[in-house]
Amino acid sequence: MDSVLYEAQRQGRISFYMTSFGEEALIGSAAALDPKDHVFGQYREAGVLLQRGFTLEQFMNQCYSNELDQGKGRQMPVHYGSKELHFQTISSPLATQIPQASGAAYAMRREGNKQCVVCYFGEGAASEGDFHAGLNMAATLGCPVIFYCRNNGYAISTPSIEQYRGDGIASRGIGYGIDTIRVDGNDIWAIYEATKAARKLAVEQNKPVLIEAMTYRVSHHSTSDDSSAYRSKKEVEDWSKRDNPLARMRAWLMNKGWWEKSEDVEVTKAAKAAVLKAFADAEKLKKPAVSEMYTDVYDEMIPELVREKAEIDALLKKYPDYYQVNDYAKST
Amino acid sequence: MSAALKSLFKTPAAARLASRSPRALFGSIRYNTTVAGEQITVREALNAAIDEEMERDEKVWLLGEEVAQYNGAYKVTALFDTPITEMGFAGIAVGAAFHGTKPICEFMTFNFAMQAIDQVVNSGAKTYYMSGGSTSCPIVFRGPNGAAAGVGAQHSQDYASWYGQIPGLKVVSPYDAEDAKGLMKAAIRDPNPVIVLENELMYGTSFPATAEMASKDFVIPLGKAKTMREGTDLTIVTYSRPVAFAMEAAELLAKEGINVEVLNLRSIRPLDLDAIIKSVKKTNHLMTVEQGFPQFGVGSEVSAQIMESEAFDYLDAPVCRVTGADVPMPYAQNLESLALPDTEVIYKQVKRVLNIE
Repeated sequence: MDSVLYEAQRQGRISFYMTSFGEEALIGSAAALDPKDHVFGQYREAGVLLQRGFTLEQFMNQCYSNELDQGKGRQMPVHYGSKELHFQTISSPLATQIPQASGAAYAMRREGNKQCVVCYFGEGAASEGDFHAGLNMAATLGCPVIFYCRNNGYAISTPSIEQYRGDGIASRGIGYGIDTIRVDGNDIWAIYEATKAARKLAVEQNKPVLIEAMTYRVSHHSTSDDSSAYRSKKEVEDWSKRDNPLARMRAWLMNKGWWEKSEDVEVTKAAKAAVLKAFADAEKLKKPAVSEMYTDVYDEMIPELVREKAEIDALLKKYPDYYQVNDYAKST
Repeated sequence: MSAALKSLFKTPAAARLASRSPRALFGSIRYNTTVAGEQITVREALNAAIDEEMERDEKVWLLGEEVAQYNGAYKVTALFDTPITEMGFAGIAVGAAFHGTKPICEFMTFNFAMQAIDQVVNSGAKTYYMSGGSTSCPIVFRGPNGAAAGVGAQHSQDYASWYGQIPGLKVVSPYDAEDAKGLMKAAIRDPNPVIVLENELMYGTSFPATAEMASKDFVIPLGKAKTMREGTDLTIVTYSRPVAFAMEAAELLAKEGINVEVLNLRSIRPLDLDAIIKSVKKTNHLMTVEQGFPQFGVGSEVSAQIMESEAFDYLDAPVCRVTGADVPMPYAQNLESLALPDTEVIYKQVKRVLNIE
């Protein structure tokens, strides 16, 4: 999916994309959660949604901002969200999700239904004031929240060595009085076990937990970034060879005798075919209805919006061809 | 914020003001305080509104710095003192609102809320839209706004035009006790994020307590202005504390046979344009009065919207904006007074607009 959508952006078919290459083991954290635990992501957590059952069609519809996009075409690609899957819509400004996660966790605690919140962010976002505010709040208010830091070595072009002078992000958790663990972020089982233990602490004792998962961002930051400008190709290749979560998982399964090379080829082929089909289908769909420009700003349209909508409706009716009204879903 | 300043803000506003020099804070304005009958202060009205709404809906809770200290009557789970970080507790409130509660997020003053403005604007106001209508943010951000007294440039700003710009937010600014109670209750019941811009200097001011106001369902509709005084010669559109100055100026002008209509906006967003248009059609003259800075202010917006409306053809003179001075608020008392519009300025400007000597 990452390869296909990355190429689609390069061909100008979608505006933006972010891949998760090298950080696929994150999915282990999703597996350790209850499906009703609420997730606040940063933007590189498509794996969590996949684990929860977000379909290929849903991913593609979001990236294409078409009429079936649950977000009604209002967000950039990869800014996924799903109420059904308890996955909060992505917020672009870095780290804003951290205090929000503490707040949602606090609300959960009030409900007393033994759920928790998981909040993902990178080591770069941990430099934001929101990180410090959110962790301190969670600690003092006793919020059942797991802070999951993907320390992937780079914040866009800034290497972690220039991001902080202390002992990573984990040391900060201790400073806030938060139970903290640092794990091998390329080891899916380590992540699974750490998240499971963290969840137990959060849910049973209403405590925040910080997990720092050490990994490596093989991807460019986004399609707006070319990482060859600030790191060598060799560095990326070395990491891919030496320590890659997919390679490790594959080797582990094969060593156990649970996985054959032929199966690997077959599954990869089938997955690629499914992705390409969903991709092609999504591209053919119409754009969201024009009327969706005015809805959901408020629960009910305020007078200014009603006036604006009436004006636009009249124009569309008068010049349907110029505005290519047939490209859009039917307005309400 | 410095510790010294925090401790200053811990003191109730009225006590702080009383301890200041003999300056007459409210000039010669009388708020019916000598009239017989029951009185209620703006502070009491706000507290009653919050109290009643918390009782009515268990999802409502209050958080902010020092909030648990001034009323211990609430359940601990509903009233929170938070660590000193505006972006932190604003973020907490937004997250909790996403998750089905209705937080009232109290800022010690809106001047400090700038540290949290990303949470208010980028998350609070936009998430309902950006989530495709799946995640709403029913929240109230409240606190004193605008100039207090003698607290200098960093504590005296009016944020009506800042928040008034943002689609997704509703913004109200109460003037008297009636506004305070009715608008606060409406804000809490509204499913959208609402900013309640209060005025610290009005907290201790008493107004008549009507039977209507005592009702637990006394709610003022958001987006509707109130005609405080009918007139035929000129319309003054204002909000918050300057409503008092406008009323006082109108009183003085009436003695000279000039009938000024005073509109209390109550809501900055949505803006009750219809009420302004209606009034301008009657008086043919428009003046706006606010304590905020002139550029891109509420007055600028009102005047632009009127120019684009059918009311433009009814104007007999250009719209006049009376605003705070375009300088960081001076600390010196004499300069501070000069930086804010008062009764005298309004009185003089009305005569200038009407071309009366």
